[in-house]
Amino acid sequence: MNLLPGQASSVAPEVDYLLLFLTGLSLFFMALIFLPLAFFAFKYRRGANADRTPPRVTEWKLEVTWTVIPLFLMMGIFTWGASVYFNIERPPADAIEINVVGKQWMWKVQHQEGVREINEIHVPVGRTVRLVMTSQDVIHSLFIPAFRIKQDVVPGKYTTEWFNATKPGNYHLFCSQFCGTDHARMIGRVIVLGESAYESWLASNSSGGTLAVAGAKLFTELGCSGCHGENSKVRAPPLEGVYGKPVPLDGGAFQIADDKYIRDCILQENHVHVAGYEPVMPTFKGHVSEEELMDLIAYIKSLGGGK
Amino acid sequence: MNAVELAPPAPVPLVEEPENYLSVSHTVASWLLTTDHKRIGILYLYSILFFFVIASFAAATMRLELLNPQGGLVLSETYNKLFTIHGVLMVWFFLIPSIPAVLGNFIIPMMIGARDVAFPKLNLMSWYIFIGGGLFALYSIVSGGVDTGWTFYTPFSSTYSNTHVIAMAAGVFVAGFSTIITGLNFIVTIHKMRAPGMTWFRLPLFIWSLYSTSVIMVLATPVLAITLALLSLERFWGIGIFDPKLGGDPVLFQHLFWFYSHPAVYIMILPGMGVISEIIPCFARKKIFGYHFVAFSSVAIAVLGFLVWGHHMFVSSQSVYAGLIFSLLSFIVSVPSAIKVFNWTATLYKGSISFDTPMLYAFGFIGLFTIGGLTGLFLACLGADVHLHDTYFVVAHFHYIMVGGMVMAFMGGLHYWWPKITGRMYPELMGRLAALITFIGFNFTFFPQFLLGYLGMPRRYHTYPPEFQIFHVLSTAGASILGVGYALPVIYFLYSLRNGKRAGANPWNATGLEWQTPSPPPKDNFARVPVVKREPYDYSPFEKERTQNV
Repeated sequence: MNLLPGQASSVAPEVDYLLLFLTGLSLFFMALIFLPLAFFAFKYRRGANADRTPPRVTEWKLEVTWTVIPLFLMMGIFTWGASVYFNIERPPADAIEINVVGKQWMWKVQHQEGVREINEIHVPVGRTVRLVMTSQDVIHSLFIPAFRIKQDVVPGKYTTEWFNATKPGNYHLFCSQFCGTDHARMIGRVIVLGESAYESWLASNSSGGTLAVAGAKLFTELGCSGCHGENSKVRAPPLEGVYGKPVPLDGGAFQIADDKYIRDCILQENHVHVAGYEPVMPTFKGHVSEEELMDLIAYIKSLGGGK
Repeated sequence: MNAVELAPPAPVPLVEEPENYLSVSHTVASWLLTTDHKRIGILYLYSILFFFVIASFAAATMRLELLNPQGGLVLSETYNKLFTIHGVLMVWFFLIPSIPAVLGNFIIPMMIGARDVAFPKLNLMSWYIFIGGGLFALYSIVSGGVDTGWTFYTPFSSTYSNTHVIAMAAGVFVAGFSTIITGLNFIVTIHKMRAPGMTWFRLPLFIWSLYSTSVIMVLATPVLAITLALLSLERFWGIGIFDPKLGGDPVLFQHLFWFYSHPAVYIMILPGMGVISEIIPCFARKKIFGYHFVAFSSVAIAVLGFLVWGHHMFVSSQSVYAGLIFSLLSFIVSVPSAIKVFNWTATLYKGSISFDTPMLYAFGFIGLFTIGGLTGLFLACLGADVHLHDTYFVVAHFHYIMVGGMVMAFMGGLHYWWPKITGRMYPELMGRLAALITFIGFNFTFFPQFLLGYLGMPRRYHTYPPEFQIFHVLSTAGASILGVGYALPVIYFLYSLRNGKRAGANPWNATGLEWQTPSPPPKDNFARVPVVKREPYDYSPFEKERTQNV
């Protein structure tokens, strides 16, 4: 019987070595405490013939020993754990981005190519995939045990997690942050396909255009182009080449135009005052869904920019 | 700390019992209006047992439900309400008041040679406030329950849940004030009411641990009150604090909640450590090893415990750098706990060890607390926590600390001081049997949950993929054994009230001041103010076999 779920991502072996080490260390400390405990309990049981003359030990030396040695050990484990954590948290460059919106009680997934799925994420093997996630209601958490990764999905902001799947197959996807009545049914599958199987899956499922195309359509429908477009009468900052770049604000500060920045600008009335423009942007709160926001961001991204 | 100037314990009279705190009056009013710390301790004992029984039934129903991967015994809503009832009642209405409000109230004044706590009327008020909080919680349960879990995470609790959140939050809010008052009372009592000669370093370690606990109670609990008040403001009036739709920040709630709730974990274990530090020297007939280190490790835990709350939030979207600091501090806070375990073990060396019931519970505590502590390292370790967070591994870990640690210690302490409290001995053989059954049942219940966590089974799941079933079946089977382990003491304790052997003043031949007065103690504890002239835990492994049960 396996005591760990199968390893199916590039970070899984790193995490498992850590878990294995911690398990070994625990067994060692258990032996270190339980064996003397059992030995003393037996040898010095009442009525047994044993030498009970008060021991001559220098108390503070012993105390310092069993304070300092564990302390150093702890620092070692801390460092190891932290380095694995940084690998889990920092995605390598050139990742495939997939958008995920959590809602009570399902996962809505959007691929940049325009494929949308529910409770399933199809990904290619051996490629870095970065999930950009938000929630439209309460906090959820996207947990894929076989990949040893987990990240809370928080309303009002974008969180990310990444993986590089190493083995084709179907893997559990769980919501691990309690989110209400059907929390236990907010589960799904990550389906890891070989490169060619993935391409044909994409081809056979993308019916409409990409997310950026959907975003461009929304950009017109919502009237964004009326101000941000080329021939607009109202002067608003052009969005070409903005994504990922610092935006100069009134007063001399800068803010990076990342996903969260664009989201806040759309949802909050006059979120920022861009230098040289009147702060007249209205709020679109209540008029755009989380998926539509992600489409708009994909569109703005497609206008150029980046790091 | 023997009170040398005390008269030897009075011989047990053959005909008439001396008047004690129980026999002074038998009216209901004499209990409900009592300001005697001993009686208040007993009021708390019955109250927390009541909540323990309800919370245990919730747990039993959940365990039965989880036998089947598809669920089926109860609805999802019901399941969610059951784990909320279990968590809220066990944490705030059983564990937090368990050792402090029951044993602490009863024993602290006697241990330091005082007639009562510093503020006896406040002490009684704390019990009424506790009951008031309990009534809110019961109202919330009876009127339909709450499905947020004991953690009340926002915005689910503040906006989305359709259950009686505010009533439950009010219950916890109100009960919190009883905790604060108890903590305040203990701090002042320990500072101001010690008998002549009872210097700080002659204090029993139980006092040191409850002093540290009281500091946490006084400093942390107000933050819980603020957090729950903010939650209720958002829920009731829609004032945006935590829900991003109202302009709030949901992660802020987690910071506030854990700023209280992590120190609260130490409220739920430090008193247990105090009990163990009393039991081990007594039944090993040895002075405790490293008195000062054990004492100051309690203080260190209390202080450091305030700085580690973020380790509950490694995957919450808090900054990875914050995660680093919290992980580092969490590793550091594990060291004082390790120091205690090493010192208890060293105390046994060259002792004269007997295996009476309290000692069996103490051994059980060391075993289970050690496992609970070591598995805590997995969760403090950033890279490992990402996988284990919010799985059954966490459930198993904190039950090893809370139940394997605190409840074992509470049971150990209850058996240890039962003769003092009631004047009667419990049946020793039954006591040992119950301790053994509890230990076996506990491991059976919770060890499989570590494995479930490794495998990635999320917590708070009403239904689950079938491959996890075998471990859930094991766990449920274990829980039934554990249930027997808890039911037995209730039966024989009640039996002992009338039929137990008379205990005499000091059945364990222990050194604490509380043993230098008759059992049950007179209303004012001591006929004369005791004067302390000796060091604590002045035991010798060479003394004659104790003359138990006079």
